[in-house]
Amino acid sequence: MADMAEVKRNVSAAGGTNLAVCAGEQPILKVEHVKTYFDVTKGLFSPKQIVKAVDDVSFSVGRGETYGLVGESGCGKSTLGRTLVKIYPATEGKIMYNGQDIAAFRGAEEKNFRKEVQMIFQDPYASLNPRMTVGEIIKEPMEIHGILSSSGEREERAAELLKIVGLKPDHIRRYPHEFSGGQRQRISIARTLALNPRFIICDEPISALDVSIQAQIINLLKEIQDEMGISYLFVAHDLSMVNYISHRIGVMYLGHLVEEGDADEVYSDPIHPYTKALLSAIPIPDPDVAKRKSRIKLEGELPSPINPPAGCPFRGRCPMATEDCGRERPEMKDYNGHKAACFCV
Amino acid sequence: MALLDVKNLSVDFETDQGTVHAVRDITFSVGESEAVGIVGESGSGKSVTMYSVMGLLAANGTITDGSVTFKGTEITEKAFLNHRAYEACMEKIRGNEMSMIFQDPMTFLNPVVKIGKQITEVIKNHEKISDAEAKKRAVELMAQVGIPSPEKRLNQYPHEFSGGMRQRIIIAIALANHPKLIIADEPTTALDVTIQAQVLDLIKEMKEKLQSSVIMITHDLGVVASLCDKIIIMYGGKIVETGTDREIFYEAKHPYTRGLLQCVHNPEKKEKLTPIAGSPPDLLKPPVGCPFVDRCPEAMKVCKLYMPEAAAYSETHQCACWLEEVKRRKGENHG
Repeated sequence: MADMAEVKRNVSAAGGTNLAVCAGEQPILKVEHVKTYFDVTKGLFSPKQIVKAVDDVSFSVGRGETYGLVGESGCGKSTLGRTLVKIYPATEGKIMYNGQDIAAFRGAEEKNFRKEVQMIFQDPYASLNPRMTVGEIIKEPMEIHGILSSSGEREERAAELLKIVGLKPDHIRRYPHEFSGGQRQRISIARTLALNPRFIICDEPISALDVSIQAQIINLLKEIQDEMGISYLFVAHDLSMVNYISHRIGVMYLGHLVEEGDADEVYSDPIHPYTKALLSAIPIPDPDVAKRKSRIKLEGELPSPINPPAGCPFRGRCPMATEDCGRERPEMKDYNGHKAACFCV
Repeated sequence: MALLDVKNLSVDFETDQGTVHAVRDITFSVGESEAVGIVGESGSGKSVTMYSVMGLLAANGTITDGSVTFKGTEITEKAFLNHRAYEACMEKIRGNEMSMIFQDPMTFLNPVVKIGKQITEVIKNHEKISDAEAKKRAVELMAQVGIPSPEKRLNQYPHEFSGGMRQRIIIAIALANHPKLIIADEPTTALDVTIQAQVLDLIKEMKEKLQSSVIMITHDLGVVASLCDKIIIMYGGKIVETGTDREIFYEAKHPYTRGLLQCVHNPEKKEKLTPIAGSPPDLLKPPVGCPFVDRCPEAMKVCKLYMPEAAAYSETHQCACWLEEVKRRKGENHG
């Protein structure tokens, strides 16, 4: 069994589709040892309390690639996404966009970065201003960044964008409340596209939507990528959808990246025990498979990131944990392009 | 005799924009110790149906037609002399013989009352027992649903529990009086996958232990696949298809059910996702014909004009679709 898995790993690594490597060019985004900490100390004299939301994470996203970031709530995946667009400053580490450190961006460079890197949020009911018409919502970023010279041209462009995302151009004068959740998510996609972005961070863009609508939005995002070559960081907790849209997947646990690799490899042949448990917990929409499948049961829940356990972050819930796991943090090891941080492999 | 019988139920809501016909003429039954899944998207009427069974409709909602029978007794308000008699009867049933597990454990639990009190309250409402005994029962229940050191946690407040633990408390409260029927309204939607798996296992285990019936309301076909014997698919306030788990997953007849199955990614099979175009109907003005007609890839003229009747394909499998009806009639003519 183990040998077979090894062979499979080698084979798919040789013929793999790691876009960043294949193209042999600089990745659009490179994250090096990034940490995002929040100080939550209560009162002046109490001991210092630090939430280590993102703790030493490194990865890169290639051009035209979708990198899926998965993990349970509280694992730091959204914080990481927000750190990448400079909503939160990184406590430590470097984030390189097109080879340049984003922390050093000032003035025009900063503005250009904010134009090229966009974000789609989870809740389309909260991310659109209810007092603005759809046209105003889509035109606002264009006005801020001085795209197109006249208001009339922007209006035309907004109508065109609505068509691209599958709405009608005459929806431009309507307000967000006149739309359903899925349609609202289309409006926020149109808004991000208004700036011709190169990189979009999608923070759980489908988790607030109905199943039949989720597939619509996912397919729309895929089409846009195929046509415009935009790179995505796709943050979600729904592993099966992430597997569907992503080229590569990173699995986060308690602020750490514990596994990373080609989407299908991570899915069909996970290395880290946490990834294995996460995958086995997904309810499969097929009664025969669901009844046959044995589940790896995880005891307990995510520990608090305020005082994270020393050593491997997962060892408290890991079925394979040994004493060694408590001594130090496992490093990411490379298994032919498929990486995992675990002592027991 | 079925444990729960819902016949021709219709529910309306009065709103500023007009009357919303949330549930329109639905009929189904739940047998003893059977697990039934009601699947549909938001606004399909799946939650409203169960709220009206429990008599928990919001003030602007009314049952306009039909009946609900529980253990052979009708429990719709029109079967009672007045509202007081109805409420008196329902109070005996709710939380005792029929109980509900809600989606969001934080809004269900009272934030300023200790967990222990919230559990004993339910037991003491339906049984005359001493405080000490009720407390002992609460500790047993908490241990049963897998809460570590229950004696200590009895004196804690809801905010001291995590999301998964709170959902376990809700389950403990729902099971306190060994109900005959447990209605779970999207019990795992607010939880993470690993916690969802724990909670689903717990519901399954408890169902077997108590021999109760379970109605699982959900939008996730994955959740019902592992748990339910019978599945009801709702769309636009109507039941469009009913069948056993195998009939729904492998022999689905209705285009909506088939579409729903195609837009969930099953990693075991590598298939492209085919979304269902469009969005659900506006129930302020429900379509006269089939509710799915505007999104159906195979819609015909008749679909817009008349609502198809549910036709039986086996003892357990029913589907309301003109397409199947046409196929069948053609078959008859040829025969």
